[in-house]
Amino acid sequence: MRAAVIVFPGSNCDRDVAVCLEAAGTKPDMVWHGETSLPACDLIVLPGGFSYGDYLRCGSMAANSPVMREVVARAHAGTAVLGICNGFQVLTECGLLPGVLMRNRDLNFVCRNTRLNVTRTDTPFTHLYEADEEIIIPVAHNEGNYFADDDTLVRLQGENQIVFTYASGDNPNGASLDIAGITDPTGRVLGMMPHPERRAEKALGGADGRRMFDGVMEMLS
Amino acid sequence: MKATIYITLKNGVLDPQGKAIENALGQLGFDGVNSVRQGKLIEMDLADTDASAAESRLQEMCEKLLANTVIENFDIRLSDTE
Repeated sequence: MRAAVIVFPGSNCDRDVAVCLEAAGTKPDMVWHGETSLPACDLIVLPGGFSYGDYLRCGSMAANSPVMREVVARAHAGTAVLGICNGFQVLTECGLLPGVLMRNRDLNFVCRNTRLNVTRTDTPFTHLYEADEEIIIPVAHNEGNYFADDDTLVRLQGENQIVFTYASGDNPNGASLDIAGITDPTGRVLGMMPHPERRAEKALGGADGRRMFDGVMEMLS
Repeated sequence: MKATIYITLKNGVLDPQGKAIENALGQLGFDGVNSVRQGKLIEMDLADTDASAAESRLQEMCEKLLANTVIENFDIRLSDTE
């Protein structure tokens, strides 16, 4: 499997993701946001961080940067895309995923472990998890409150596009339906607020995130 | 030509910042503030001389970048530069 990690000005989890991908067996190409083409790859990662200083709206500037035209085209052609935290915000802003990530309900930046339920396991990202397994992955965000209109929420449920939910009582931001991560209708574009790369080896307190990278590696190789 | 764009949250979209401002005003003793909604104001100086062309460009700018129409409304006002 070949992977590309997009680096925006203000990305700060790009190297963490690269470390996880290397541990899973592939050294990713790091691609600067100003590029207009992408190397051949099976997976594109939009990492966490504060692209463009979160100016205007989180992810809005990054969604309009030159490389994103190519990312959107590749996604439409079937390339897997993983957006983590700020990457999830970019995916909603560029229209690959529906809805929007709003300011956290309690107006606080939340940085802590959260308990997640894996609600869908037939994606390249989650097939190594058990159905409805509870895992622990940290969040670190100020705008993670997933919002979409009622029709969209009904559609997300009906089409089984909700992949991760915060476990009962552990919703850190007020997200609708406790949504922590969703896919597009194909299951190949995943956006999630929690950071699997921050809990991907025992030295970091746990390795629940590791299976996501191993899973992608296994399925896309 | 000067453009002023008001970006506001749609009705029904939770506005925790507006709520916090509302509570703070109450604590400062300002009674009778029934509700507060917070938004953005963007000012632009445009080279355009034709108002309707400017308006349609601004509409496109709002839809592509300035507003997220999932949660936000926008209102465009144009005036001649003095």
